Amino acid sequence: MSLSLKRHPMPEQDPKVRAKNFAEVTLGYTEELAQSEAERCLQCKTAPCRKGCPVEIDIPAFIKHIKEGNMDASIAKIKEANGLPAVCGRVCPQEEQCEKYCVLAKKGESVAIGRLERYVADYVRGKGEAIASLEYATDAQKVAIIGSGPAGLSAAGDLAKMGYKVTVFEALHLPGGVLMYGIPEFRLPKDEVVQAEINNLRKLGVEVVVNAVIGSTFTVDELLEEEGFDAVFIGTGAGLPYFMDVPGENLNGVYSANEFLTRCNLMKAYRFPQSGTPIHVGKRVAVVGGGNVAMDGARTALRLGAEHVSIVYRRSEKELPARLEEIHHAKEEGIDFQLLTAPTAVLGNKEGWVTGLQCVRMELGEPDASGRRRPIEVPNSEFVLDVDTIIIAIGQGPNPLVQSTTKGLETNRKGNINADAETGATSKPGVFAGGDIVTGAATVILAMGAGKKAAVAIDKYLQEKKNK
Amino acid sequence: MYKILVKQQLAPSVQLFEVQAPLIAKKAKPGQFVILRVNEEGERIPLTIADFNREKGTITLIFQEVGASTVELGLLNEGEFLLDLVGPLGKATHIEKMGTVVCVGGGIGIAPVYPIARGMKEAGNEVISIIGARSEDILIYEEEMAAVSDELIITTDDGSKGRKALVTQPLKELLDSDKTISLVVAIGPVIMMKFVAETTRPYGVPTVVSLNPIMVDGTGMCGGCRVSVGQENKFACVDGPEFDAHKVDFESLMARQRMYKPHEKQHSEHINGKKEGGCKCHSH
Repeated sequence: MSLSLKRHPMPEQDPKVRAKNFAEVTLGYTEELAQSEAERCLQCKTAPCRKGCPVEIDIPAFIKHIKEGNMDASIAKIKEANGLPAVCGRVCPQEEQCEKYCVLAKKGESVAIGRLERYVADYVRGKGEAIASLEYATDAQKVAIIGSGPAGLSAAGDLAKMGYKVTVFEALHLPGGVLMYGIPEFRLPKDEVVQAEINNLRKLGVEVVVNAVIGSTFTVDELLEEEGFDAVFIGTGAGLPYFMDVPGENLNGVYSANEFLTRCNLMKAYRFPQSGTPIHVGKRVAVVGGGNVAMDGARTALRLGAEHVSIVYRRSEKELPARLEEIHHAKEEGIDFQLLTAPTAVLGNKEGWVTGLQCVRMELGEPDASGRRRPIEVPNSEFVLDVDTIIIAIGQGPNPLVQSTTKGLETNRKGNINADAETGATSKPGVFAGGDIVTGAATVILAMGAGKKAAVAIDKYLQEKKNK
Repeated sequence: MYKILVKQQLAPSVQLFEVQAPLIAKKAKPGQFVILRVNEEGERIPLTIADFNREKGTITLIFQEVGASTVELGLLNEGEFLLDLVGPLGKATHIEKMGTVVCVGGGIGIAPVYPIARGMKEAGNEVISIIGARSEDILIYEEEMAAVSDELIITTDDGSKGRKALVTQPLKELLDSDKTISLVVAIGPVIMMKFVAETTRPYGVPTVVSLNPIMVDGTGMCGGCRVSVGQENKFACVDGPEFDAHKVDFESLMARQRMYKPHEKQHSEHINGKKEGGCKCHSH
């Protein structure tokens, strides 16, 4: 059999149908498709794919097990490195990570590593994965994890496996961070995938405490000095939404993407009034921004019944920061792209509701400090987009609650915690940090990688502490 | 899960819950609030902490049944549980000895004014309180407020108790008197807080109001509660809920509070349908 240069496509819902429901868009490989796709892996000795994976999963090994039909061995191999494979297989930007380095990518299409990781995780979960709880020594040291997003969960899983008693503190009523409130149900099912994977961590013995706002319920200093924790990991993410700072931004119908997505994903406003949380979506929606959050907001608005949804982005298509797959999905579903366009004001009526978004056209000038060509306003190009709902998705910053209530914890100018890139160590002994709270908004898997590195460093710190 | 130890009806459709929440009781300060969820399908609603008892590990919540979620909350009985309760949230009231402080509470807003008045009194201030309601039967916390105030003035719209006046009238008389007033704290309906701000503005007396915009998470991650204060956007849940009344854009706040009016009606109909035996809008 000659090697196919093309990857096996993954079945997905028809765009016309899926634009009206919240069920998952992509349906995942069947066993046959997964095995055929696994056949394409050349099992390179050097495994260049691994250097693209922030947690360095042994990719050829887990794919080999799929090829041989041994899914239990395959998931065990993945879980040596990654505690949330059903999540990562779905939301990692594989085209910039593992799949970018696959040797097949030089001649054709890379092995669909993400889809295979997802397949094996879903398969094993579907048949009921057996997870034995860990045994803890009576004098096991205690670690507090602040924030239950990807960074915290990754650190928690690794530390539990090392024998530490781990407690994860979460401010919201459900754990998962951005996996619960940010990424929509149609990309990442909440009960079936996210909570199921978190429950696997609970089975290991990780304790999850919800409704606990660190900085208020407990401070970091109290965790260390009064609550008996030996080390703390801060993974509080980038959850503070930025607004545009243009007139009219407080009119009714203007949402931050965080609020819009939280209402829909975490609070299940798409099931209102069965679910008690309302959401407002008009007929015509503008989403400001060009990242994954913007795509998520636009596609969510469409599913909530909007007739026309535009992405408003100040650079050109080439600079859109969203994943290609997401842009592609958005276009298939009929999302309109207003590129090289920047909002200047939100217009409203006297009852306080949005009636339009005033914009200007842009053109690209010289590259700026970030290396991207700087957008410049085209003179006299003002126009008004006829919309009644606006979702602002121009980025998030660090929530200051933990930093501002912790003695001796250094932050940078933007409010992110200063932490060593390799160990996550902060300026405060025994306190480690990682993920978006250190780097600013990035990806799920980078946050998980940071949690992983910090777990290794915390282990080292605690062993030294114990031997003192 | 958070157990309701005491349930008490204070006035028609106004309920008091004393809830077991030792971690919140340990940290709570006047001016702070909690967010709660009644059940799995429930929305997150903010309520100000009306009182706390650190020894008993309880907090007191007072709420008016104004919409579907508060009606559902009111259906819970002693011994039953709130599913989620998080707090204390927001900044605490700045309390210190400053002289004479006037505490103004309107309607259900009297409840959150109470711990502030008590704190101000304990800090050594002369506390003059003005509490008002539409009529006598919905006036709450009269005795409690009297106990922590040097002087208590009661007003009702219909004259059924105290003076037939709005709270701003005795406030203006105090401002016109010889007394030096260091601070006015006002909590109540937005329209009342706005008129308190307009009453004190010409006298230049510092005035603090506690805002009650729509909230979701209550921890600063969504901006749903944003308010314009001195031309600047603030998140009431983390920067507030208390702000300088003379800088607040009350018109915008009132417009934003109306955002989900049609939804609230729909939700109420759904909850009423459930109460009358089975949900009618969705087949299970």
